[in-house]
Amino acid sequence: MEIVLAIAIGVLTGSGVWLLLRPRTFQIIMGLLLLSYAVNLFIFSMGRVGLAIDREPILQPGVPTDLMHYADPMPQALVLTAIVIGFAMTALFLVVLLASRGMTGTDHVDGSLSNDVQEAP
Amino acid sequence: MSLMTLTERLMPHLLLAPILLPMLTAALMLTLGEKYQRTKLLMNISSCLIGLVIAMALVKWSNQDGMATSMNVYLSGNWAAPFGIVLVLDRLSALMLLTTSVVALCAVVYSGARWHRVGVHFHPLFQFQMMGLAGAFLTGDLFNLFVFFEIMLAASYGLLLHGSGKSRVQHGLHYIAINLAASSLFLIGVSMLYGITGTLNMADLARIIPSVSSADRGLLHTAAGILATAFLIKAAVWPLNFWLVPAYGSATAPVGAIFALMTKVGIYTIVRLWTLMFSSEAGPSAHFGSAWLILGGLATMLYAAISMLGTQRLGYVAGYAAILSAGTLLAAAGFGQNLMTSALLYYMPSSTLAVAALFLITDLIERWRTTDGASVRFEDEEAPFLTAELLPRDGFNLDEDEEVLIGRAIPAAMAFLGLSFMLCTLVISGLPPLSGFIGKFAMLSALLNPLGLGSSAGTQIGWLGWLFMGLLIATGLMALTALVRIGIREFWSSISRNTPELKVIEGLPLAILLGCCILMVTHGASVMRFTQRAADNLHAPGNYIRAVLETHPKPSPTAKPVVAPEIPTVLPETGFGLAPQAPAGGTEP
Repeated sequence: MEIVLAIAIGVLTGSGVWLLLRPRTFQIIMGLLLLSYAVNLFIFSMGRVGLAIDREPILQPGVPTDLMHYADPMPQALVLTAIVIGFAMTALFLVVLLASRGMTGTDHVDGSLSNDVQEAP
Repeated sequence: MSLMTLTERLMPHLLLAPILLPMLTAALMLTLGEKYQRTKLLMNISSCLIGLVIAMALVKWSNQDGMATSMNVYLSGNWAAPFGIVLVLDRLSALMLLTTSVVALCAVVYSGARWHRVGVHFHPLFQFQMMGLAGAFLTGDLFNLFVFFEIMLAASYGLLLHGSGKSRVQHGLHYIAINLAASSLFLIGVSMLYGITGTLNMADLARIIPSVSSADRGLLHTAAGILATAFLIKAAVWPLNFWLVPAYGSATAPVGAIFALMTKVGIYTIVRLWTLMFSSEAGPSAHFGSAWLILGGLATMLYAAISMLGTQRLGYVAGYAAILSAGTLLAAAGFGQNLMTSALLYYMPSSTLAVAALFLITDLIERWRTTDGASVRFEDEEAPFLTAELLPRDGFNLDEDEEVLIGRAIPAAMAFLGLSFMLCTLVISGLPPLSGFIGKFAMLSALLNPLGLGSSAGTQIGWLGWLFMGLLIATGLMALTALVRIGIREFWSSISRNTPELKVIEGLPLAILLGCCILMVTHGASVMRFTQRAADNLHAPGNYIRAVLETHPKPSPTAKPVVAPEIPTVLPETGFGLAPQAPAGGTEP
């Protein structure tokens, strides 16, 4: 299970970084999405005693109350926060991407024209 | 003294005020429509004023002699420290809060002249930015730091795009992309630290790090490196700072002024976490990464100073000045010496104020130039005030009737603008008599006498120290050259320009910012005493750790008293390292 998760995180991160370095804005947003998936999986795997496989998430009667018998709740809380924030930021990036596409007429990250012209307010 | 008694009665709950006040103000402003722009401006200004008073009270409070330090820890939710979320106030956070409040007040007053009308929701975004900044300075918990960083960044995306326009949207896109990538790094670093140490509380982290097993130590250093990269992107260290100058240069002036603070947040977190986690008490991890911080800072200084010389556009020069100050601070932080940190803490507010003022001046000069039909644009020219023979050009220093300009009254607005620019130049390049000089002088003195004047005989400075000393002086000269060149071009060789228009509401923030720099000189001794005590505390992290971990929750008035949970002193097995647990403080790297 560990090796599957590790490969998944590696593939997602690799693809994410490659897309992030591409010149088109759409590729960048896809890259950021893949990167955030990879990060979320990574946080999940960073529980206190490694990956929690076949362990209870919620307290059960009769099971000793220590981390050896339960999934670590902390990474789950962190992932939840990270997902929410990442989602909001990606939505914001999408809006800016569309605004940039509308203003410059191209989806290149630097726009097609020289960007030295200072606009008046 | 009445402020102190009031503070006393409100503590420790007053600690929440710098976060709650902007949040509530912003929420209230969101309910008002766009036609109440004036009301929102007044609310924003009064909120910033109250914030300034609170920050002053907190600075005074944090600077008391011999008080119980645990009074500065706020357990939100009344949970004991490593389990609940804590807010911590010490001298460093109080100083950062005060700097933030001063710059914020000036920026918002300046925005009232015209900039707050060029887009929607300026004021709520501004207050959310204040909330994120205050939270980042006060939190004692790594994941909360992430959340406050995101609040601050989300607001800053909106503020950067304020006013719209092609250049802003384009550079905003770069800014958002790089910050999202940095946030991913932040999360990876935080979760790795949690996996290794089992805590996210900064004080608890500092307590645990010396006893991490030697098999996990490499992983711990990797995690710290990844986390530091995220902060270094925010602090605009050299190869990670190409996004900064175009983004800050295209932002509106008041936004540029508060963005001068954003790089300092990166510096603050590095100073805070590095002194806590890798202090000299951290066993085998002591001073981990010190050389990286110094070298990164030196490269940043050199890059910023060369770029300043090579830039013709004033807005970009201000951005490079922000990078220069960040580089200087980072290199100084890397030395990890008591006196050096004290000098750094003196230099940080003064350079922040000066860079913020430079952003405002830039805006005034740009407007002066664009409203002036007859003016010449210098963008692509070489330096226009030099001829081949280094002689004054024809008509130079003469008016249109070929009369020599002697005894002619300078218009007050122009005199004010020129004087402000000159003061900015003095602070940024570190010339006497202003605070930039004192900060840099203190750094040089700390380099030469690392143990204090008269008691450092025989200590070695080392090649990094000599390099820092050389660069500190050289970059000052380069910054001076660049700024003087701009000053000559804008104020002296403007032959056929009309007088600049300057409203009081635009002049006042400039006067306050630069007045604070002057105040830091006239009250230099007490400011230095304050920063020295702050540095002493930073380099003795035991105080911080004890203060946070020994604060107990308040007992509930109805239920039976809560017993503070036992904190395990021995770390359980992590499952990451392959070797069995080494004894605490093992010598293996």
